[in-house]
This record gives sequence, C-alpha cells and structure tokens, in this order.
Amino acid sequence: MASASSTALGRNGRRVPIKMRWTRRISTMLGWTSCGLALLTLSGLMVWILEMVFVRGFSALTPTVLTTVTQGRGGGLLNAIEGTAVLSLGALLLAVPFGMASGIYVAEYHFSHWASVIGFLADVLVGVPSIVMGYFGYVTMVEWLGWNFSVAAGAIVLAIICLPYICRTTELALKQVPGEIREAAYALGASDRRVILRICLPAALPGILTGILLALAISVGETAPLLYTAGWSSFMWDGHLTHSPIGYLTYAIWTFINEPFASANALAYAAALLVTGFVLLINVVARFTLKRTNI
Amino acid sequence: MRFRNWLAILAGVLPMSLVVILVFLTVYAWPAIRFNGWGFAFRDMWNLGNLYADSVTSGGVSIQPGAEYGILFLIAGTLLSTLIALMFAIPVGAGAAVFLAEAIPGQLRTWISLFVELLAAIPSVVFGLWGYVVLIPFLGHHVFPFMSSTLDLVPFFGGPPGSGYGLLTAGIVLAMMVVPLITATLRDALVSQPVALKEATIALGATRFEAIRYILLPRTRGVLIGATFLALGRALGETMAVLMVSGNALNYLPQNIYSPISTMAAFIVSQLDSALQDPSGLAVKSLAEIALVLCVISVAVNAAARLMLAAWGRRLSTVEGA
Repeated sequence: MASASSTALGRNGRRVPIKMRWTRRISTMLGWTSCGLALLTLSGLMVWILEMVFVRGFSALTPTVLTTVTQGRGGGLLNAIEGTAVLSLGALLLAVPFGMASGIYVAEYHFSHWASVIGFLADVLVGVPSIVMGYFGYVTMVEWLGWNFSVAAGAIVLAIICLPYICRTTELALKQVPGEIREAAYALGASDRRVILRICLPAALPGILTGILLALAISVGETAPLLYTAGWSSFMWDGHLTHSPIGYLTYAIWTFINEPFASANALAYAAALLVTGFVLLINVVARFTLKRTNI
Repeated sequence: MRFRNWLAILAGVLPMSLVVILVFLTVYAWPAIRFNGWGFAFRDMWNLGNLYADSVTSGGVSIQPGAEYGILFLIAGTLLSTLIALMFAIPVGAGAAVFLAEAIPGQLRTWISLFVELLAAIPSVVFGLWGYVVLIPFLGHHVFPFMSSTLDLVPFFGGPPGSGYGLLTAGIVLAMMVVPLITATLRDALVSQPVALKEATIALGATRFEAIRYILLPRTRGVLIGATFLALGRALGETMAVLMVSGNALNYLPQNIYSPISTMAAFIVSQLDSALQDPSGLAVKSLAEIALVLCVISVAVNAAARLMLAAWGRRLSTVEGA
C-alpha cells in the first residue's frame, strides 16, 4: 500500500514520485482489499459461532444442569459430564504410555528403519476419519467381542485417535532437547535408559504435557467415534467397563437440538458451551506453553 | 531384554492399530465386497431388500431378496461438498494468510492468528449445531431463494432453493472447518521466507503486494498444495457437521447446489440403525465396505499431503544458503 506513493531518485538528484500504471495501482489495491476481506470473513465467522455458543450457552447453563442427570426431555447433564470425563481420561490412560513410547522411539532412534515407519504411520493414522475408527470399534468390540455399548469400547477408540497426536508432540518436544546434553550424558557412561528417562524426558516434559492436553481436548470434542461404541445413558456411570453404555456431552448436543422441546434444546446449548469452552481453554493454554518452550 | 527393544514393542502399538483397523474392516466387509463387486461405486441404489422374507444365498453370500447396494450418490455428495468447501477455503485461507503474514505487525499478528486458528479447535458437532441453528435458517429463508431467482439461468444455481439443508450448506460448513489448516500452514511458510527476496523485488519497483503475488506466493505454492490436500483429507472424513446440515439424501443425486446430499462418513452414522434390521447382516457389512473405502481414500490423500509438505521442507532448507 505504501508503495503507491513511492519515490525514486531523479536525474537532477531530487526525489520524484514513481509513476505507476493505473492498472497496477488498482490491482494492488484490489489485492490488499480482498486479502483483508478474507481475514475479516474468517474472524467474522469465528465471532458468529462464539456468539451463538456463549450467548445461548450461558442462558441455558443453570445450577440444575450441572447437578442433576438427564430426565426425559430435560433435567441436567451431570451424567454426560461424568461420562465425558471417564471416557477422555480412560483414553488418555491408554494412549499416553504407548503414544509417548512411540514418540520417544521416533525421536531418539530416528536413524532406525522402524522409527521412520512409526513416524510415517502416525501421520497416516491422523488422516483416518474418526467415524471409521468408530465403526471399527463397533465391529470389533461391540459386536465381535460382545462388549455392547460400553466405556471400554469408547475409551479404546478414543485412545487410538489420540495416539498419533501424543506421538508427534512427544517427538517434537524431544527434538528440542539439545544433542550436546545427550552426548555429555553418554560420555559420563550413562545407558540409553538413563539418558532418555532421566535426562531427556524431564527436559521435554512441558512440551509433552502440552501434547497430552491437546489430545484431551480432541477426545472431549469427538462425537462420531463414540456414537456406536459408548452409546448413551441417562444415568450416572455404574462402574462397569463393559456391557453398560455411558453418556457424554457431545451426544447431548447432537440429539437434544433435534428435540421439539425448549428444555431439551437448552441442554444442547449448555453442553455446547461446556465442550467448546473447555476445548478452547486447553488450546489457548497449549498455544502459550508451546510458545514459551519454543516448539 | 534391552531398553530399546521394550520401547520398540510399546511403540509398535501405533502402527499395529492402523493395521488392525484395516484388516478387521476388510475381513468383516469381505462378503459385502464379494456381493457388491465393482458396481458398488457406480450404482445409485441403497436397498436393503425385503426384510421380511427369508435370506437367500447368492454367490456364497447370504442376502435378503432384492437387496442391492451402490453408493454413487454418496460418492457424488462427498466429492461435490468437498469441492465446494475447497473452492471457498483456498482463496479465503490464502488471502487471510497473506494479510496476516504481510499486513499485520508482530504482536497483533500473534493474537489475530490465534483467534482465527482456534476455529480449527472447535469440535465438529458444534459446527453442526451452529449450521443447524443459525446458518440453515439464514440461508434457507433469505440467501438461497434470492440466489435461485437471480441465478435462475445459471446451470446448477437455478431450480428449487430447498429448505437450507444441502450441498452448498454442507460445503460452507466444511470450508469453515478446513480453512484454518490452510491459513496456518501458508502463513508459517510466508513468514519463514527470506526478507531479502521481498526487499529485492520492491527495490526493482514492485509494490509490496506485487512482491507477494509474483515472488512469495509462487515460492510457497508447494505448501499451499500440501495444505489443500490436508484440508481435503479432513473434509472427506468429516461426519457430524455434515450429518447435521446436509439433509441426508438417500439414493438421490444432487440436481442443483441446494439439493440435499449425504456423504460416506455421515451415511455410516445415519444408516447403522436401519442396517441392523437386516437379518442377513449384509447391510452392516456394506456399511463397513463404505468405511473401508473412505479410510483408504483419506489415508491416501493424507499420505500424499505429508509427503508433499515434507518434500517442500527439504527444498526450502537446501535453497536457503544465505
């Protein structure tokens, strides 16, 4: 934009304005305008969505919603909140050891063939649509193993979805640890195990924890893989891992918005507020942690 | 056993799970694959057959009489909605990336980028909710009728404007979900370009925008293509948002861009309940075949995107000597 009034050094040593063809001026102006409009569109849409989620969500969010279970066309979301927590934490419990192990292997043994295979397949696994994971869970665990709709089936499917994210963030965090530290540790006679577990992992911990938080956000926001693995229940979780379905917040959004009752719709808005608020909070926190640790 | 071997075994769970998913889906869907043949992708017919008759055996597979499975309408819906999404997402995403990288200074850029890219973090069911509650009434009552009457003579834009559920709505919602991917990736690439290039171009008399348009954007074309493929992969497999705004058409090819559609991912969710009514079990297995097709397509698209982005990263690191 500034260059529309650029100057050049003239023959007599004075600055003279550059004469630009009017087509260039117009195309430059049009270019900036359309780029600005694109960004404005994007922010406008974000504001529009947030406005709906927060305005309708807060007006629907009452103490009863947080303290009672779902009853018919109304009630509360306590069962769904508990279910989302159980499923997501269960998924993390399963995914963190394996995801971290693969991340460590990919980062620390990056010269090996197996590491490049794992790294590439982690990227591929990210690309598998979540509904395909859900259908796989339905076919294998719900049907074949006969677990029915259950916490175990839902949590295992969510864990597979989280695996590649945890693997990749662990790998990135470990790659930030300077190689000299490893060399120094090896020079002092430390074994692989000691170098990785006592030297590198502690140094990379903030980055890894951030990755785990992001995986938590992903599993809290998932719907499709849970529909046919976790099912839905209007009651609190009975503690069984198999053979009993469990509720979760994203299901409430999907189902209750289709009901013709204002009380059911209000539950959907409240659930949307809880899920979106939680997910956005984690993402903002993660963004700042990652910035500080320079990943 | 050595520490490294233990680690390798634990790490093997990740590739194992991908293999297990593919193998189980293939084995489970095998009778359907045999029965449906290649015509699966070209027939426009999803028909469970007569559910009250006894199962008959055809070609070694137990089916209900009259059952026929073809997903041409799903393939059309998936491809068309994704195409519309990319047609919106690429220009908007690239434009926003250029403006963020080149027109907004330091600290402000961080904040606005964060705000816009958080769009990618919003769960898909919330996009669906927004589409269902806000976007569909708006488009269905005001925009589509107006578009259909003014663009009556343009192919695919005329005709009945529908109720707001359909191809264009699904495309718009999908575009919003994938646009942050394009913006974030391209913005990073633009910011990491050497300043000297831009300075040299401006010194030759180009405006800043011309420097971006003719020098920086062509250099980052590879990134844009890679990011587009990532977006494509995400849009193809998107379920909940599409399910809530697409109108869930069955055996119906879209007539114009307001027509109801369904996509492969959304169809799996919307049809499982009725597929379970099929006593021969072939309907559920055909759904598994859809899942398998979808899985293979998305994996291929995603792998291509990763390879392209990786190749671009290598090229950048070799070109930037200075």
